[in-house]
Amino acid sequence: MINPLPNTHTQVVYQRPKSLTTAVTHYCPGCTHGVSQRLVAEVLDEMGLREKAIGVASVGCSVFAYNYFDVDFVEAAHGRAPAMATGIKRVFPDRTVFTYQGDGDLASIGMAEVMHAAARGENITIIFINNAIYGMTGGQMAPTTLPGMKTTSSPLGRDIEMTGMPIRMAELLSKMDGSSFVVRRSLHDATNIRKAKKAIRTAFEVQQQGLGFSLVELLSTCPTNWDLTPNEALSFVEEKMIPYFELGDYKVADAVKALKL
Amino acid sequence: MAKELLKGNNAIAEAAIRAGVEAYFGYPITPQTELLEHMAARMPALGRTFVQAESEVAAINMVYGAACTGKRVMTTSSSPGVSLMMEGLSYIAGTEVPMVLVNVMRGGPGLGNIAPSQADYHQMVHGGGHGDYHPIVLAPASVQEAIDITVLAFDLAEKYRTIAVVLADGSIGQMMEPAELPPMAELKKHLPHWAVTGEPGRARRLLTSIYLNPDDEEVTNMRLLNRWMSIRENEVRWKEYFLEDAEYVVVGFGTAGRVALSAVRAARAEGIKVGLFRPITLSPFPEAQLKEIAAVSEGMLVVEMNAGQMLDDVKLATEGLLPVEFYGRLGGVVPFPDEILGEIKRLAAGPIPNQNGHARQRWLERLALIKERD
Repeated sequence: MINPLPNTHTQVVYQRPKSLTTAVTHYCPGCTHGVSQRLVAEVLDEMGLREKAIGVASVGCSVFAYNYFDVDFVEAAHGRAPAMATGIKRVFPDRTVFTYQGDGDLASIGMAEVMHAAARGENITIIFINNAIYGMTGGQMAPTTLPGMKTTSSPLGRDIEMTGMPIRMAELLSKMDGSSFVVRRSLHDATNIRKAKKAIRTAFEVQQQGLGFSLVELLSTCPTNWDLTPNEALSFVEEKMIPYFELGDYKVADAVKALKL
Repeated sequence: MAKELLKGNNAIAEAAIRAGVEAYFGYPITPQTELLEHMAARMPALGRTFVQAESEVAAINMVYGAACTGKRVMTTSSSPGVSLMMEGLSYIAGTEVPMVLVNVMRGGPGLGNIAPSQADYHQMVHGGGHGDYHPIVLAPASVQEAIDITVLAFDLAEKYRTIAVVLADGSIGQMMEPAELPPMAELKKHLPHWAVTGEPGRARRLLTSIYLNPDDEEVTNMRLLNRWMSIRENEVRWKEYFLEDAEYVVVGFGTAGRVALSAVRAARAEGIKVGLFRPITLSPFPEAQLKEIAAVSEGMLVVEMNAGQMLDDVKLATEGLLPVEFYGRLGGVVPFPDEILGEIKRLAAGPIPNQNGHARQRWLERLALIKERD
């Protein structure tokens, strides 16, 4: 060791959360999946939930999330994670059950499953990664792709005359009576990342208290498929995505407000 | 327990409850809806899980999640609904978690009708979902057998970490018969070593059907196949009627087998030496048993409520050892014993006429004549 600091003066301020494995992720440079998974892991650590949590991975770039979380995991079919989570939560109501889903998974093929999980007030937590594109399959148009945005399946830019407008999931889910906590946050800078973590913490608290359906939508980057540098991708989130997908608390049930977190 | 008058669908549901099913997820569809309704009334009262899902797609994926916890879980549906479940069934097969599916078949394809049919034989027995897997498929021919098979299905599913299907049809689901239910079993106290349970003090567990490395997927496929070979070895089930001295053999499963039994009895009364072979496990199929019988019989008649789906498996099993004829009714039509009796008489009149072409083609031609005559 070269020039070690005396032990009495060192203090651990940053380390790998216990809820993350040591596996190297397959995510591209500049992708914010690593950030969001770390935030979830930190919250599981802080709440002491690592050994009572069951995660449900989805299909898309998050398909291998189960390799990165050091908690019990299952891998769902495309879009079906909320149904699978329902099955687990109903037989193990005292476990912490969460899904980690992208926008193609949740807002397209899995629309019915997430809407009905919310309608039932299913006591699960959903971490919803919105990067406006299908990442894993190489950058096709998602239901969240912005108008005019070029993807491999909208090579001339998303034509809203033909494909409609992007779906705002947080707003949609906030209208369900069964939703208790539905918010949108962003991962484009440190301040917003801190806010995202607080929201994730609240979402898991909601589940712990048995208050019903909680979902945190996280605006995320996909530099590879957006054809942007990591820094440009962060700016894209701030300048292009947030104006359409406004950040905010879309549903905070009275019982959640009363938690005074 | 004493016999009571039970409707097939209710009997299956109650049998599952008594076998210790802890979670049921379903969606209404005729002719199996009483099953869902029975569960809705009973499961919450017992402190167990009942969810009416938003679709069969969701129902099977709820089953998938609950099955990953190692508890006894099931869903039930009818033909069009089961088609929607194929995605989930493939994932469940690939993840190697046990579950029970009841398919109370109805007429198809498409929306079809709600009358009894056996047209999902191929879909259930030969896969249905994508990938290389075999479910266990059991076919009851009475309410009592439906009860017994339902209990057995849970045991087999767990023993082999596989999907076990109770393949009934609308008439088994809807008929009422005296039958005896088993006593209430205790719920499982110990969950299997692979179950995802979110428990402290052990290494994390993972259940998945994804093996990105083809070599790993091949190992998984081989594991599934070896398990299937063991199932073929140990779990073949069938029933024989009047076969001791039979020269002619009728083969039929479920309701078709039951109707055929009436025809066989009538033929016996007329002195025709005919018996019935009724497969109970359609998967694994009683190949060896049929081949043995084929070697000592003059002719076989396969009777189904479809266009000869099991017929293909019977022909494979009997290896051309004897003439195999076919009689079926389609689209939700249940054959009368007299129709089958006519076919038995034709077979027994010998020598069996016109063995050219396929049994299905000959049946089509005869059926056209029968319909014309009627």
